[in-house]
Amino acid sequence: MPDALALTPTRLILIAAFLLCGVVAPLAAPAYQTQLTELLLFIVFALAWDLVGGQMGYNSFGNVLFVGVGMYVCAIVQVGLFYNVGLYTEARGGGTEFIFDESQFLIGLAVGLPGAALVSALIAWLLGSLVLTMRGHYFAICTLGLGIAAGQVAAGIPWIGAGSGMLTPNPPDSLGDVGLLLYYLSLGLAVTCALTFAWLLSTRFGLALNAIRDDEDKAEAMGLNTHAAKVTAWVIAAAFLGVAGALYGNLVRFIDPINTAFAGATIGVWMILMALLGGRGTLLGPIVGAIVFQVTKELFWTYMLGWQRVALGVLIVLVAVFFPYGIVGFFRDRFKDKGRPAEEAP
Amino acid sequence: MTALLELTDVTKTFGGVVANDAISLSVKQGTIVGLIGPNGSGKTTLFNAITGVIPIDSGSIRFGGREISELLPGDIARIGIIRTFQQPRIYRAISARANMLVSASIRTVPFARLFHRAEPEAEERAVELLDFVGLAAKQDELAGDLSFGQQKLLELAMALINEPEMLLLDEPTAGINPVLIDSLIDRLKTANRERGLTLLVIEHNMPVIMGLAEQIYCLAHGRLLAHGAPDHVKSDARVLEAYLGAA
Amino acid sequence: MIGNLQILIDAPALSLQLLIDGILVGAVFALAAYGLALVWGVTNVINVAQGEFVMLGGFITVFCADQGLPPLIAVPIAATALYVLGWVLFQLVIVHLVGRDMFNSVLATFGIAIVMQQLMAHVFGGADRIVESGLGSWFFLDGLIGIAKVKVVVFAACIALGMTLALFLARSRAGQAIRATAQEPRAASVLGIETRRVYALTFALNAAICGAAGALAAMAYTIHAYGGLAYTIRSFMIVVVAGLGNLAGVVWAALGLGVAENFAGFILGAQYQIAFVFGLLVAVLVFRNWRLKRKRLTLR
Repeated sequence: MPDALALTPTRLILIAAFLLCGVVAPLAAPAYQTQLTELLLFIVFALAWDLVGGQMGYNSFGNVLFVGVGMYVCAIVQVGLFYNVGLYTEARGGGTEFIFDESQFLIGLAVGLPGAALVSALIAWLLGSLVLTMRGHYFAICTLGLGIAAGQVAAGIPWIGAGSGMLTPNPPDSLGDVGLLLYYLSLGLAVTCALTFAWLLSTRFGLALNAIRDDEDKAEAMGLNTHAAKVTAWVIAAAFLGVAGALYGNLVRFIDPINTAFAGATIGVWMILMALLGGRGTLLGPIVGAIVFQVTKELFWTYMLGWQRVALGVLIVLVAVFFPYGIVGFFRDRFKDKGRPAEEAP
Repeated sequence: MTALLELTDVTKTFGGVVANDAISLSVKQGTIVGLIGPNGSGKTTLFNAITGVIPIDSGSIRFGGREISELLPGDIARIGIIRTFQQPRIYRAISARANMLVSASIRTVPFARLFHRAEPEAEERAVELLDFVGLAAKQDELAGDLSFGQQKLLELAMALINEPEMLLLDEPTAGINPVLIDSLIDRLKTANRERGLTLLVIEHNMPVIMGLAEQIYCLAHGRLLAHGAPDHVKSDARVLEAYLGAA
Repeated sequence: MIGNLQILIDAPALSLQLLIDGILVGAVFALAAYGLALVWGVTNVINVAQGEFVMLGGFITVFCADQGLPPLIAVPIAATALYVLGWVLFQLVIVHLVGRDMFNSVLATFGIAIVMQQLMAHVFGGADRIVESGLGSWFFLDGLIGIAKVKVVVFAACIALGMTLALFLARSRAGQAIRATAQEPRAASVLGIETRRVYALTFALNAAICGAAGALAAMAYTIHAYGGLAYTIRSFMIVVVAGLGNLAGVVWAALGLGVAENFAGFILGAQYQIAFVFGLLVAVLVFRNWRLKRKRLTLR
């Protein structure tokens, strides 16, 4: 609903406060820098999933495809601009011949990040025409297949390291804390993503996506070009996923085709969980969901080491069964019951 | 006046059942035509055929002189034929106003224009039409929370804001508060008169359709039974028998 | 890849080998697919953990073999154990998903799959396992074609189980209750059939079928903790191709998939075999959808 996204003074203050926190956080709590960066990227994952899933009703289980594509494309560009990629991956980590100096590293990122967005968008556009003609669970399982298959295929390509994966370029020591750079890039991406989506959802395009979700055939019968709308949303989401993936790859440094890049049973399903947990179909939901999820995940990892994945699996089941409207959805219902008009959670 | 919609010998069979048997029908530009007949006579099937939801077995459907029987529903909507359903189809998880905004002239604007907020004129029209169908107070409610009758009214309002060339209404008054029916009919007549909106209406409510339509077609068992001016059809023996016999 | 194709052309006996092996493994796929179709058709829930049930059945065989027990005894053990597990999972989780949007069931069963994968990896380790049967093989055509006897046993057992299941559904009272509920739950409930129990029975039965299939499969093929998803995708693909309720179609599609997968594994290389399965799924769905589109319908 266009009005629900209006910028009231309260909201502006809250957004400013949030941004301030975002800018200051890594300096205030440097020990958590990696987790915070991860959180920001998770926010992008969740938002991007929700655009196609919660807003448009196309629940993809394979969005991790674009994360992986972004990861690899960026790494390939970062390396490939200066060295032979095949030789680099053979050397398994660069050794001493593959040194990246300051400018090389920065240029690599500067070209790699948009490259990741472009290639992801292109692949999304090519696949979209095929895959978006399917509905419901067929779409879900088809995308699941795509996501996992991509991992299997990547694991068979020696040029990018095959099953052993590849390392992103070693940042030079002279650059200082690259983690901080990655943090601020991720913050920029997350803010851009949230603002872009806020804008999109305030336009009639956002309503069109909702219409497709609620009754696609009706929307088509009212003259909406549903195919164009679907592909557009899919491509936009893919672009953001690609850049987020590229940054994530640089964060974890080691890109493995099965467990990192195209990890359907982790990142692939986590983004769905985050959107659901927070409240799908809302702008705030995925953001809240990502935060809650990241905190929960860190707790699981710290206190349940060895069983953390099991715990997450159980969480997925619990959310899917008992909590499908998520936190934001829960608050909305409560306010509605109290007789107030449906109000955004601040 | 030329025929805007022209059906010639349209036939559609499902399995062994002939739902539409060589139906020929014509709707002149700017007129209101009624389609009546007992349940199961093939009226909604005919609507589905016209709007491209189902392919026809044989025959021809022409709109503005152009053959449309091979077109898909989206194309037919973009040509200007909009239709409502017996069971109202609205977008349940967004507000009534949002339903209106997403339907406003959506078939005529180029895709890129979707990436703007709704224009003030569209917002005004949306509220105006919602007010007309008596839903102004409910404009921020989720469409799925409205009652059956309210959803039907919303669906009609959505169709009107879409500014079609021709509107196919499937039992528009069923489930509507009788108090509202008269003003509803008035509005349809006004839209027809002032904007030249052509209407093809399926109705079971005889007084309504007799007062609204200029021409009436009566279907029974998939076949065209009679057609002509309301008075003529009303007193046609075959029509009376089809209704009484079917009851 | 071309080189492998050339080998196939030069040695037709090899193609025959791949064909036979494909048919033999296809029976396992058919059983798992039958179970998936059963649950889907009756409860309208898609069980993404289907493959994990199969793997668990396989690990039970591995466990039995490790304890020195004859592997065949694992089949009824696995069937029973998984029946119980299926029943429990139904009461805890699935019962809440029946009648709701399918997305929830896909997500929830995916969650169950992840839990099972991780637990199996914890308990049995992440390595490939197989149980040696020591049965040897028959050889034909001067040793060019070898058919592992255990594979034939597995094939026959799967077919037998499938037929038993079909008979059960057709003849027994429980089976009829299941079929009635699948067709018209409200009418069935009015007639006194407790739909919730039927749903539980169906889900548990499916788990048992998968357990048995897995227990058998472990004797001839590798089992591993993360191999479940491939089985789930295979089952889903077979059901989509054959259509719900088409048992003969399931058999044909399953055998066909087994053969196709074998050939693909040979031509493209073993590491691409799973990718082929997933890629084939996408192709099947796209094709199916295109066919329906021409009749102005969509896959629902």
